[in-house]
Amino acid sequence: MNVLIVAEVFKGAVRKASFSAITAGKELAEKSGGSFSILIMGKGIEGPAGELGKFGAASVLVADSDALEHYLAEPYAQVVAKVVQDKGFDAVLAAANTFGKDLLPRVAAKLNAGMISDITEVVEAGDEPVFRRPMYAGSVNATVKVKTKPFVASVRGTAFAKAEPGDGDSPKESVTVEIDGSLAGKQRFVKFDEAVSERPELTEAEIVVSGGRGVKSKENFKLIEDLADVLGAAVGASRAAVDSGFCPNDWQVGQTGKIVAPNLYFAIGISGAIQHVAGMKDSKVIVAINKDEEAPIFQIADYGIVADLFKVVPELIEKLKKLKAEG
Amino acid sequence: MKILVTVKRVPDPDMKVRVNAEGTGIVEDNMKFVINPFDEIAVEEGLRIKEKKGEGEVVIVAIGPSVVQEQIRAALAMGADRGIHVDVDSYPDPLNTAKLLKAVAEKEAPNIVIMGKQAVDDDYGQAGQMLAAMLGWAQATFAYKVEIADDNSKATVTREVDGGLETIEIDLPAVVTADLRLNEPRYASLPGIMKAKTKPMDVFKPADLGVELSPVLELVRMEEPPPRKGGIIVETVDELLDKLRNEAKVI
Ligand SMILES: Cc1cc2nc3c(=O)[nH]c(=O)nc-3n(C[C@H](O)[C@H](O)[C@H](O)COP(=O)(O)OP(=O)(O)OC[C@H]3O[C@@H](n4cnc5c(N)ncnc54)[C@H](O)[C@@H]3O)c2cc1C
Ligand SMILES: Nc1ncnc2c1ncn2[C@@H]1O[C@H](COP(=O)(O)O)[C@@H](O)[C@H]1O
Repeated sequence: MNVLIVAEVFKGAVRKASFSAITAGKELAEKSGGSFSILIMGKGIEGPAGELGKFGAASVLVADSDALEHYLAEPYAQVVAKVVQDKGFDAVLAAANTFGKDLLPRVAAKLNAGMISDITEVVEAGDEPVFRRPMYAGSVNATVKVKTKPFVASVRGTAFAKAEPGDGDSPKESVTVEIDGSLAGKQRFVKFDEAVSERPELTEAEIVVSGGRGVKSKENFKLIEDLADVLGAAVGASRAAVDSGFCPNDWQVGQTGKIVAPNLYFAIGISGAIQHVAGMKDSKVIVAINKDEEAPIFQIADYGIVADLFKVVPELIEKLKKLKAEG
Repeated sequence: MKILVTVKRVPDPDMKVRVNAEGTGIVEDNMKFVINPFDEIAVEEGLRIKEKKGEGEVVIVAIGPSVVQEQIRAALAMGADRGIHVDVDSYPDPLNTAKLLKAVAEKEAPNIVIMGKQAVDDDYGQAGQMLAAMLGWAQATFAYKVEIADDNSKATVTREVDGGLETIEIDLPAVVTADLRLNEPRYASLPGIMKAKTKPMDVFKPADLGVELSPVLELVRMEEPPPRKGGIIVETVDELLDKLRNEAKVI
């Protein structure tokens, strides 16, 4: 089958999550004996379009237009749906991040296509493709078949490695889509308040340090951030920590937040509710710091310390600093 | 202002979900079912908009077998005005759910449809965006804050997206999907629960709505993932650092 992967541009570059979608799309194309193309949309996107030439795609389709300057669901969905129809793609994939989650179902409806969210495995790439995906906050692994052609799928980033660029240079093709303004004009971009951070992106980081309700205040949350900084880690949080205003929304890890799978994950003052665990259980090594020895987080942690975080975390920071100084 | 809010019946997220022996579904015995938490937030938002406007109607719609009337009544007990039950034997996939909702929306002609960003049973997160596309309306997913213009012609919605908060303006009618921090749903009061019993509820079959269901997704099998194995408890920070450096080799 011929697979279309929709890549996302963020601040002038391809969003890293898109590289996992490329891996999944490539696998689907190879398993079914077809090929894959990559579509990129935006304004002034020669740079990221060039980046996308290095993954062995049959073509890189570039929709560069003023109307696509800011992401908005309707104009973007119009472009994707038109490209799929005109070029006869059988499958449309993108990352299961907020871009893909917002855009893809709208594309699916326009194509009257079935959509599978959050695929973690390509099981069969035949006439009626079959995928694996989590349900019920990861309590269930479901095997699901999609019966339409074309169909749509979003890709869970932690389940597919990021595609690595090679030597190739896929042909670029510019696509012009006449956007229906009567529909696209119904939504307007106003502003984006970025949660600026010097730290690595949560879903990319090798190490993630997360704090929960046990951290107790915004001021104390500094401690979590300090530990992250000595480790060069990203900062995450439980929903309770976010709801209590200790940290920004987009630090939330879990079923309804970010899905992460770093080499090392610290859960500090986090009880280990299933909705949180859903977002981090595929981490390679999990460390839990919690004063309650009954906390469910200890059932999945590789290393646990039953202690007061306000004692343990400062000591950890001190000792890590010393180790660092010693080289 | 007419506000249509969708509610799905789902297992209580605080309860452990088990897959049945056949791998065809979950074990329902002794399970408690509730309004999908995101839909409860959607109901609350609908009520707040109506209260702020000082006029309007909040209509609840649920698709599923007759037991979903429990969740409609629960939303009515929170303060919604009336319910619509679309009676089907099992929960349709999101595309078919959206087709049914489209028919309901066309019948009701609301100023806004508020839904959850995802149902926490299937975790699909699709129906709202699909409905918006089918109606040719704007969508604002993952809503964190919703402000309706005085003349009900548009709304300004702040959305929780990767890397920050995005604000968009949408023409009404539109579909908004609720994220966790949009509001804190109220509890139903005792008088609210009593009143809910007599509030009107219409029941339709898909055929009454002129919709023919044709499933696009098929659940082949469900399994419980192997549980992650627990590890060890260490006593000191030194011991932890030693393990992380020399055993796990992650720092
Ligand atoms: C629909 C829905 C979606 C959800 N999605 C998510 C999600 O995506 N992500 C998420 O995280 N949650 C999510 N939740 C919430 C989840 O169910 C839990 O409520 C939440 O994860 C709890 O956060 P917590 O562990 O920080 O807080 P708590 O459960 O309150 O745990 C705090 C922990 O801190 C420990 N502690 C307290 N003081 C100290 C101290 N001084 N030293 C050491 N330890 C201490 C306590 O022993 C306790 O274990 C969702 C819930 C619902 C209903
Ligand atoms: N059977 C249903 N009845 C009513 N609303 C539903 C139903 N299924 C989905 N929805 C709505 O659509 C949202 C997204 O669902 P889903 O796409 O299944 O994750 C939910 O939060 C509900 O608001």
